[in-house]
Amino acid sequence: MTSSPVLDRSDPGPGEPGLHRPGYVAEKKNRRARRPRALIASAVLIAAVLALPLIFLLIEASGSGAAADARLIFRPLTAELLWNTVRLTVVVTALCGVIGTAAAWTVERTNVPGRKIWAVLVVVPLAIPDFVVSFGWASLWTWIHGFRGAVIVMTLAVYPLVYLPVAASLRGTDPGQEEVARSLGSSRVRTFVRITLGQARGAILGGCLLVAMVMLAEYGAFEIVGYQTFTTEIFTEINVAFSLPAACALALVLVLLSLIVLGAEGRLRGRGRVSRSGALAQRVSAPYRLGKGKIPALAGLVALTGLSLGVPVGSAIYWMTSGGHDSLTGVSMPSAALTTALYGLLSGGLATLMALPVAVLAVRHPGRARHFLERSTYLVLAVPGVVIALALSYFTEHYLGGFGYQTAPLLILAYAIMFFPLALVGVKASLARAPVSLDEVARSLGQPRLAVLLRVTLRLTGPGLVAAFCLVFLSVITELTATLILIPTGVQTLASQFWVYETNLSYGQAAPFALVMIAVAAIPSWVLGRFFDRGVADPRMMT
Amino acid sequence: MARRWGRTPRMTAATLAVAGLVTAAMTGCSALSGSASTSSSGSITLYSGQHPQTTQKLVAAFEKKTGIKVSVRSDDEDVLAQQIVTEGSHSPADVFYTENSPPLEFLQGKGLLSVVRSSTLDATPSKYNSPQNDWVGVSARVSVLIYNPSVISKSQLPTSVMQLADPKYQGKLALAAGETDFQPIVTSVLRAHGTAATLKWLSALKANAAGHLYPDNETIASDVNKGSAALGIINQYYWYRMRAEIGAGAIHSKITHFAPHDPGYVIDVSGAAILKSSKHQAAAQQFLAFLVSKPAQEIIGGHSLSYEYPIASGVTTAAPETPLSQLQPNSITIGDLGTGTTAITLLRRAGLL
Repeated sequence: MTSSPVLDRSDPGPGEPGLHRPGYVAEKKNRRARRPRALIASAVLIAAVLALPLIFLLIEASGSGAAADARLIFRPLTAELLWNTVRLTVVVTALCGVIGTAAAWTVERTNVPGRKIWAVLVVVPLAIPDFVVSFGWASLWTWIHGFRGAVIVMTLAVYPLVYLPVAASLRGTDPGQEEVARSLGSSRVRTFVRITLGQARGAILGGCLLVAMVMLAEYGAFEIVGYQTFTTEIFTEINVAFSLPAACALALVLVLLSLIVLGAEGRLRGRGRVSRSGALAQRVSAPYRLGKGKIPALAGLVALTGLSLGVPVGSAIYWMTSGGHDSLTGVSMPSAALTTALYGLLSGGLATLMALPVAVLAVRHPGRARHFLERSTYLVLAVPGVVIALALSYFTEHYLGGFGYQTAPLLILAYAIMFFPLALVGVKASLARAPVSLDEVARSLGQPRLAVLLRVTLRLTGPGLVAAFCLVFLSVITELTATLILIPTGVQTLASQFWVYETNLSYGQAAPFALVMIAVAAIPSWVLGRFFDRGVADPRMMT
Repeated sequence: MARRWGRTPRMTAATLAVAGLVTAAMTGCSALSGSASTSSSGSITLYSGQHPQTTQKLVAAFEKKTGIKVSVRSDDEDVLAQQIVTEGSHSPADVFYTENSPPLEFLQGKGLLSVVRSSTLDATPSKYNSPQNDWVGVSARVSVLIYNPSVISKSQLPTSVMQLADPKYQGKLALAAGETDFQPIVTSVLRAHGTAATLKWLSALKANAAGHLYPDNETIASDVNKGSAALGIINQYYWYRMRAEIGAGAIHSKITHFAPHDPGYVIDVSGAAILKSSKHQAAAQQFLAFLVSKPAQEIIGGHSLSYEYPIASGVTTAAPETPLSQLQPNSITIGDLGTGTTAITLLRRAGLL
């Protein structure tokens, strides 16, 4: 019998959560750890694919020369853009952190009425395209503009990125620690802050990381609310100045910013530990009884979903009823919906599969190099979709003679690359919490690694995998800029068909596509809720 | 290890999911990839940055007339131009159809365009065509001043685009400096008044439009119409299209021209070109010839809701707007406009880009 994966943990990497296993301490000194070669090889391959857009950035930016790039980057506007981008990212990330965590705790851990419905409604805003959200707001009130407008629109659009991982984490939390803390006389508030939030810390930070990175690359919403950031400037370079090299040079600044974000998140994460009182403690904690707090909790959820869902849905319905001429013909609604759903399913599946080896390596076999490998895969989130699409176009032209260009598999790969970090966060969060000792037991019983992965690890991380899949699925539904470049000619997704109508002021025709996008998004949100509830005798439902 | 697979007693959720995905992939192939076959000689691929209302009608008429199938890809014309450059010699595009001349001039400068057949070029007045005969002008628009009479009276309006720099328009002006329609005006002002004056003018415009710097003409049109800004520069057809969409009853704005030959009174030309890399040169030439033919120009000038001016084969607009022949625009040429890089440099120096 070879050594078990746990032995690789003899040099825990910086900032990685560890599991407490005193029984193995003596044992590990006696055996040399075996490198999980297949795992490393696949993770390296995946990281290389994810590095393609970054390589493209360097190739393009170097094409215009360092001097020209420097002139472009060190001009007065850059400082303004930097300030705009940074302050927006900080404010929106903080707001999303608070709102997402509060909503997740209320829905998952309290006896607030209508939990199951809220669990779906709170997630759906993620799948409303930012351009629909901001258009809804901007058409309602003219003061939704500039910084203020951008904060409101973006917070309401992306807080589910925090909600989803935190909710998944809170569901799986071992209640034992909270009970122990309470029994030792710790106050409710103190227990909540120290234990509950402490256990969800990785998920909260992971979610906030995603929000910050997504903010860096956001475009559509800012265009509508008239807020200038690095990304809007990148689009201006492409759209007005025909300067892809300049756009790529600016995108490098975004990558630099995201490195800072990653570094900050790594520091905040610190050496947080997550452990369970018993390896098999799949117990669900008793819900926190809100009592009189029910009213404000309900009011908060109503306000949140009312603003984040009500405004865009309301304005879509308004457009539909007051819409003008049916001046355009497009693909039929069912066809666009089917296309969108299939792209979402396949890309979600691919991204989740790709995230598995990287996450397993990062969580189960930490090490400095592997840590950097995993972190590097987040950078792609700060690269605007149009650049990722052009990068794939460049590489297929230069190395494949155009083979596979504008075909479904390439677009699916593009989506999987773009939203890989979303999948990674979901997979990692749940993997970090699955008891590794069960893997070890399975390995000690002679099961090969692959079987352990399939039969033990995957089962335990199920909810996290589903969350990862859903995050990608929801993001794919609304993706537009890369879609327009890479989609097979003649095919339209809901978002691209919506865009055709919307940019041509056919709001009456565009609105139903927005509504169906929201409906399609509700399905994975619902599945997500069901999946968690499955097979668990949930005491919350009896209160 | 592979042997062990068979002994796994129950399929895991993940295996099921993978199986589901594969099934979905197989059943959904047509939904994902479409059925467009662009390889046969009887078909061409059109990259279009032009508004689809007109494009769809033109394509349908062309397909009916020639039997050649046209697959259309729509996106912003500048993204499409970049995409064509990136795609290089394997670009799927045969024809590139744009709203404005700069993207075509950009590809012309890169040497990516084929020469257009002379009989096609002859259908359009030569001032609206590529100076190198690499693309043909298809339709035109004109820049106008949009204003909201309830916020600003007609007597207070500027007669020249230069007067928009006056501090009295502070907080009233809406500006979309990043719009492709604004660059020709900057180039035109530059030609008339020189670099220093243009820079000063742009800085004043930026100050006057603080709080109303918008990404596109549609936003200027709708915000001036709502009264949150008093006036702005757009191309005439945005106003007509807004009116068609929201109804004449909801229109609270008006449009007017600058004084004749003012640098702000500029014609923008929409055109089409054939890619050198196209393997369907003959069919592509046929498509361009069709665009400037009488039936196609009548589609553009008819009630197609695009409100662009037909410019070829002697066809005039049937839409209720000032006819092209009655306009008195500035004398700036397509060659003067180029790819607009000088204008962009100035916009950057003024801090507007």
